[in-house]
Amino acid sequence: MEKEEILRQKHASREKLLAKWVLMNENAKNLVQKEIQMDHQTVIAWEAKAEGEKKKLLMKLRISIDKQQKAFQKIDSLEYKKKAGPLAPKPTTVRNVILAFFFGGLICTIGQLITNLFIANGLLDKDAGTATAAVLIFAGSFFTGLGVYDELGKYAGAGSIVPITGFANSIAASALEAKREGFIYGVGARLFMVAGPVIVYGTVVSILIGLIYFFMR
Amino acid sequence: MAKNKAGEQTLAFLRVPIISTWGTVVGPMEGEGPLGDYFDKILDNNLYEGDKSWEESEQKMMQHSMELALEHAGMSSKDMEFYLAGDLLNQIIVANFTARFFDVPFLGVYGACSTLVEGLALGSTLICGEYADKVGVSVSSHHDTAERQLRFPTEQGVQRPMTAQWTVTGAGSYILGSSGSGIRITHATIGKIKDLGISDTNNMGTAMAPAAFDTIKANLQDLGRKVSDYDLIITGDLGILGLSVLKELMRAEGYVTDNVSDCGVLIYRPDQDTHSGGSGCGCSGVVLSYLLKQMVERRYLRIFLIGTGALLSPISAFQGESIPGIAHGVVLEYC
Repeated sequence: MEKEEILRQKHASREKLLAKWVLMNENAKNLVQKEIQMDHQTVIAWEAKAEGEKKKLLMKLRISIDKQQKAFQKIDSLEYKKKAGPLAPKPTTVRNVILAFFFGGLICTIGQLITNLFIANGLLDKDAGTATAAVLIFAGSFFTGLGVYDELGKYAGAGSIVPITGFANSIAASALEAKREGFIYGVGARLFMVAGPVIVYGTVVSILIGLIYFFMR
Repeated sequence: MAKNKAGEQTLAFLRVPIISTWGTVVGPMEGEGPLGDYFDKILDNNLYEGDKSWEESEQKMMQHSMELALEHAGMSSKDMEFYLAGDLLNQIIVANFTARFFDVPFLGVYGACSTLVEGLALGSTLICGEYADKVGVSVSSHHDTAERQLRFPTEQGVQRPMTAQWTVTGAGSYILGSSGSGIRITHATIGKIKDLGISDTNNMGTAMAPAAFDTIKANLQDLGRKVSDYDLIITGDLGILGLSVLKELMRAEGYVTDNVSDCGVLIYRPDQDTHSGGSGCGCSGVVLSYLLKQMVERRYLRIFLIGTGALLSPISAFQGESIPGIAHGVVLEYC
C-alpha cells in the first residue's frame, strides 16, 4: 500500500509538470521517461494480481500513466514539427489549380462535343448523355491501359480525377495491378480498391438526398 | 563489460570484416541517373523479359546481384556460410525466394530501408564473433512492387506531393569476409526507434531524420569522434527534404554539416522528376557500391553510412498511427 501511495504521488507530480508544458533537456527527459516506464510495469504487475474494485482502480492508473507517456512524446513531436515543417517545399497550389481547371475543363469540353455529336446524329438528350459517359469511361480505361493516364494525372491532378474518366482510371489501374493475383483473388476482389469508397458514399449520399426530396415534396 | 562494445550503442569489430566484392542490378531510371556507370547491370525495363509480375522481377534482381558478387569473388553460393537478406515487401518474399535458390543458412532481416546496414552490421557480428568467414548480404527494392503495397496502383493518375520520394528499383549484394583486401567495416552503431509523430506517408524523409540524427550523435559520442573525423557521413534515403531536416537538427546542436550527404539525393538527377529524391532498401543498396569504388580509388578513406528506415505499414497508417523511424550505421574504412 505504501508503495502505491508513493507511485501515485510521483504520478501526480508528473501531471503537474505536463500541465506546465515545459521543454526539458535530454537528460531530464530520459529520467522522466524511465520513471514513467518503470511505474507502468510496476502497475501492470500489481494489476495482474489484483481483483475486483482494486483491479479497476489500478487499471485506471495504468491508463493514466500511458497517457502521460504519450503526452511527453507529443511535446517532442510538436517541437519537431515546428522545426521541420517550414523546410518542406511549398505545395504548388496555384499552379495545380490552374492546371486542374484547364485539363478538367478540356475533358468536359471533349465530353460536350461527343454529346453534341450524338444529338446531331439523332439521339435524344438523355440517351446522348448516357452514350457520352460510356465513351468517356472507355477512353479513361483505354488510356490507363496505354500507360498515358497516370502521366496526365501528374499534371492535371483533380482535373483528371474528378471527371468520369478518372473514375474509370481508378478501376482500370486497380484491375491491371491485381491481375497477377488471378481473376478471383486479384481482379475480382480488388477491382474497387480505390473506387469503392466513391461508390459507397455516392450511394449513401444519394439515399439521403432522395429522402430529403421525398419529405420536402 | 562486453569487450567488443564501444559506448552505449556501438559495436567495435576487433576481427574486422572486409567487404571484398559486390554486385548491383538497377532499373532503367537508376541507370540513367548520375551513378549509372557504376552499376553492374542495368535493366531495360522494370520487368525482366517474360516475367508476369514485378515481384518476380525484383526477386531476379536480388538473385542476379548476389550471383554477380559471387562471380566477382570467384565463389559459388555454397561458399557463403550465412546469407542475410531483406526487402520491403510483406513477409520479405523477395529475400525468402532468393534464399530458396541459394540453399545456404539464411536469416531474413527487415528494417525497412535500413535493411542494408542492419544486414552488414549483423553479418559483421557473425564474422567478428568467429562464427563465419564468408557472409553474404543482399537487399532490394522495386518501385512498382513498393508503390502497389504501400500507396496506389502504379497506373493510377495521382499527383505526388513535393515531399514524396521515389522508390529505387535496385538490388545490391555484398560479400563480407574475414580476410583479403577491400573495405573494412570497423564499427556498427545500432540505432533506436525515433518517432516524432509524422504520419504523412508521402513525407518519409522528415519521419526518419530524427532517427538518423540520433544514430550519428550516438556514434560520435561512443567513439569520441567529430563529424570531421569522417570524410563522408551519408544517410540511406532521407531524400532532399530529409537531408535538410537532418542538417538543421545537427546545426541546432552545433555540429558542422559540410560532409553530410544522402544516397537518395545522389542517385537521381534533379530533372528526373522524383520530387524529394530516392528511397527504398535498394537506394543505399546500390549507392554503397559507388561509395566503395570511391574508397578503392582513395577519394574517401573513412565513411559513416547510416541506413535509414521508415517503418511504415499501410494498416497502421490508415489507423492513424505515426511512422516510426530507425537508423543504423556502419563505419567503413579503406585499408
